[in-house]
Amino acid sequence: MKDFLFNFKMPEHFFITGDPLIYGAYVSIILVSLAILFVLTYYKKWVWLWREWLTTVDHKKIGIMYLVAALLMLFRGGVDALLMRIQLTAPNMHFLDAEHYNQIFTTHGTIMILFMAMPFLIGLMNVAIPLQIGARDVAFPALNAVSFWMFAAGAMLFNISFVLGGSPDAGWTSYTPLAGSALDPGPGQNYYLLGLQIAGIGTLVTGINFLVTILKMRAPGMTLWRMPLFSWSTLITSVIIIFAFPVLTIALALLTLDRVFGFHFFTLAGGGSPMMWANLFWIWGHPEVYIVILPAFGLFSEIFSTFARKKLFGYNAMVYSMLAISALSFLVWVHHFFTMGSGPWINSILSISTMLIAIPTGVKVFNWLFTLYKGRVEFKTPMLWALGFIPIFLVGGITGVMLAVAPADYQYHNSYFLIAHFHYVLIGGTVYGCIAGLIYYWPKIVGWLLNEHLGKWAFWWFTIGFNLCFIPMYIVGLKGMTRRMYTYPAGLGWETWNLIATIGAFAMGIGFIILVWNMYYSFKHRQNDTTGDPWNGRTLEWMTSSPAAEYNFAVIPQVKGLDAFYLIKKERAAGVKEEAPEIKPIHMPKREAFPVIMSAFMFVAGFGFVFEWLQIGFLGLLGSVITMIWRSFNDYDRDYYIPVEEVKKTELAAGRRV
Amino acid sequence: METTTATKGYQPMEYKSEEGRLKIFGFWVFLSAEIVLFSTLFATYFVLVHQTAGGPAGKDLFEVNIFAMETFFLLTSSFTCGLAILYMRKNSMKGYLIWTIITLLLGLGFLILEIKEFSTLVEMGAGPTHSAFLSAFFTLVGTHGLHVSLGIVWVTSVMIQVIKRGFTPVTARKIFMTGLYWHFLDVVWIFLFSTIYLLGVA
Amino acid sequence: MEQHHSAKPHIVGYIFSLILTVLAFVDMLYTRLPMSMKITVLLILAVLQFLVQLIYFMHIWESKERAYQVISIAYGIFVAISIVAGSIWIMIYNTMPM
Ligand code: HEM
Ligand SMILES: [Cu+2]
Repeated sequence: MKDFLFNFKMPEHFFITGDPLIYGAYVSIILVSLAILFVLTYYKKWVWLWREWLTTVDHKKIGIMYLVAALLMLFRGGVDALLMRIQLTAPNMHFLDAEHYNQIFTTHGTIMILFMAMPFLIGLMNVAIPLQIGARDVAFPALNAVSFWMFAAGAMLFNISFVLGGSPDAGWTSYTPLAGSALDPGPGQNYYLLGLQIAGIGTLVTGINFLVTILKMRAPGMTLWRMPLFSWSTLITSVIIIFAFPVLTIALALLTLDRVFGFHFFTLAGGGSPMMWANLFWIWGHPEVYIVILPAFGLFSEIFSTFARKKLFGYNAMVYSMLAISALSFLVWVHHFFTMGSGPWINSILSISTMLIAIPTGVKVFNWLFTLYKGRVEFKTPMLWALGFIPIFLVGGITGVMLAVAPADYQYHNSYFLIAHFHYVLIGGTVYGCIAGLIYYWPKIVGWLLNEHLGKWAFWWFTIGFNLCFIPMYIVGLKGMTRRMYTYPAGLGWETWNLIATIGAFAMGIGFIILVWNMYYSFKHRQNDTTGDPWNGRTLEWMTSSPAAEYNFAVIPQVKGLDAFYLIKKERAAGVKEEAPEIKPIHMPKREAFPVIMSAFMFVAGFGFVFEWLQIGFLGLLGSVITMIWRSFNDYDRDYYIPVEEVKKTELAAGRRV
Repeated sequence: METTTATKGYQPMEYKSEEGRLKIFGFWVFLSAEIVLFSTLFATYFVLVHQTAGGPAGKDLFEVNIFAMETFFLLTSSFTCGLAILYMRKNSMKGYLIWTIITLLLGLGFLILEIKEFSTLVEMGAGPTHSAFLSAFFTLVGTHGLHVSLGIVWVTSVMIQVIKRGFTPVTARKIFMTGLYWHFLDVVWIFLFSTIYLLGVA
Repeated sequence: MEQHHSAKPHIVGYIFSLILTVLAFVDMLYTRLPMSMKITVLLILAVLQFLVQLIYFMHIWESKERAYQVISIAYGIFVAISIVAGSIWIMIYNTMPM
């Protein structure tokens, strides 16, 4: 027992040393932490922080926290990307060594998909979905906070790997045997497993929460077939999350058991099967790529219809194609096994099924184009990003189909051609969708607009940079450059293309900086959104004030059709008299402390298991179970009513009639 | 098929508030996710079942008496748990408590048998680190056992809350949700005893 | 009102599951059917027992959300079957030795 409690096995390097980058990271982590502590204390903001943010259950604030975290992660992942590009600028560079390079592409990929794309989209869902369906909050506000704090704990755990113990280095797919403890001892890979595990629990909870919210809490009159497309895509994404994430949970748990407790799932010794990992990973992984693309599709649909001033073309087809994708995405995971040598049988079946999944996607592109056709298109920045998405995504999709023509050429599949494919779909689809959505919802989130002029500069820098960066990758891919190589010899005809790609990458970085600078600039030169409806929107979220009051709607609107707010505005313009709405006391959930506490315990648990200090690990787990029980006993009177007077006061202050 | 309680006009207490209905529905969705979670473990087990690395296989390890007993315990506890909810709906505190305690005892009995089984295996040198088959077996059955343990903690905690507060829409909802969870664990066990144990010894 | 509070469905459900369980044991341990037949019967019995739990014990039909609940569980089963069958198919029958 004593041995168990006091056994702290130290990895070879607990504090990572020996590299200026790392020292820089230490210094900046310490300085930033000190600065935050100082500011909070100096301005006496601790209580404010606790009451307004750490314990909030308001979906709008949780959404903001998700977005801030996602932007930070976009920055971290972007720095990783630039480091890799610097290394590959020219042949035989020694900026990074092989070991470092492996770590960086691993953290880059993992962070971008799990800690950037997902929280970005979930943040936008949080900001917009309850408003869009005319609800006062999500179905389970406290669980929503659990989701966020679990994600935050997982992300934090993953990120400290950089300075404590070392980063994972087996790729975002973490294939065994490479990721097994025999070939990859030490805490690095454990960070991957535990960080994703904790964040994944949060994601699963989000899926359940939004599914129930959308199915059960829509405003009266909003049938499923009157739901805006972002709500539809969130609903379907939730379904995919609910059924895909348990697989990830298990896959990660099994590999953790292998690594920490000496089990034999994926080790050849003991009869395990390394390929089983790839199987489990892609059962989750293929649906995952749809989880990060469908919400973006939803956002684009809203934006196209708003800025083309038209109803979305082919609404039903859009919905059906998403439903088809949700079912198909659980059937075609094998198409990621090309490089693993599966039989010809599999190859033909999966080629066909992959093509099958391309069809609904193609349908959507045509619908967007028809929406634009003969619309009065307004080129506001969100619309620019949406328009930029179409050609980029088309290229990505077509090259995906080329990859799916399975036996076409074995060479493609492990090459830069593949890298270019998924960046065209992931950046062109997901990242463009996130940025478009962020700018679109920005006034709803903070109450003022982003500057259009700077916004356009950001768009063009990013878009031109993106193509400069990734078109060359298709080319070097065809010329035989394989993925994950940390350097290459001269004389293969790759040099010029790699140089261009690096230049493009930096141009994207400049685009990102302009985007962030724009937030500051537009804050300084604030142009307030007093109407709550800056874009002449068509859906209910634009009916609220900007930012929306904590209860969202003083009176829940009545929905009469698709594009509900557009219909209401039309009636208003036609002079139809609205009944004076009667305000009633509003039922609200109270603040909750347990999500952040429980997640802190999970962080401790994760940290313990990363270093295989089991006593700390189990202590953390125990802590979070006890927190849950404690909360169960105090799960009474967790709500209150906002009196009518107060609602009226808030509404008047926002310039609304009551 | 009897849809007894769906009959018009009647609504058990746990469905009375909007919040209660949302949570119960959310819990069903959670259980659907649990189906996928366990199916992944089952898939892993089936893929690895023959990978015994020269060590013992299911035939050499599983004892019919023990898993038959475990099955009987869990099955009966699912039944008694249903009765506890029935008495809750009849507003009978005594009935609820009696059947809940019986359920808990049966659950404990199941757990003790399982722990004994596991420790015998480990003592025999057939622990989870011995072969891929054993890793998969211990993880699958152990995950179910962990669920049962958590279930016991949860049912007990709710029972204490009910003793303190009586039947209210909130406690009724909690009882009902623990009940769903408990039945679900029996569902998982059905597939466990069939495809792991019975198939293993046959 | 009376029938809501009857123990009958529970008892019926319990008896059903006992019978199904015993049948499963008999099928696997005391018959001479070919193995594939045994397994088929076993799976059918397990699925039946699953349904008994859902209907008699879990009352999947009783709430206003019953349609959604059933769809949700059914989708879970669809994914579960796809995972189990797909994994076995790929891992056992279609991989080249590594
Ligand atoms: C038009 C539909 C699409 C088709 C036909 C398609 C096809 C493929 C194929 C066949 C592969 C495997 C290539 C190989 O391993 O050799 C692949 C990889 C990949 N795809 Fe797609 N894809 C499509 C859309 C998407 C979308 C929408 C996303 C994400 C938003 C995406 C993200 C990825 C990623 C991340 C990988 C690489 C995985 C890895 O090995 O790390 N794809 N795609
Ligand atoms: Cu895929």
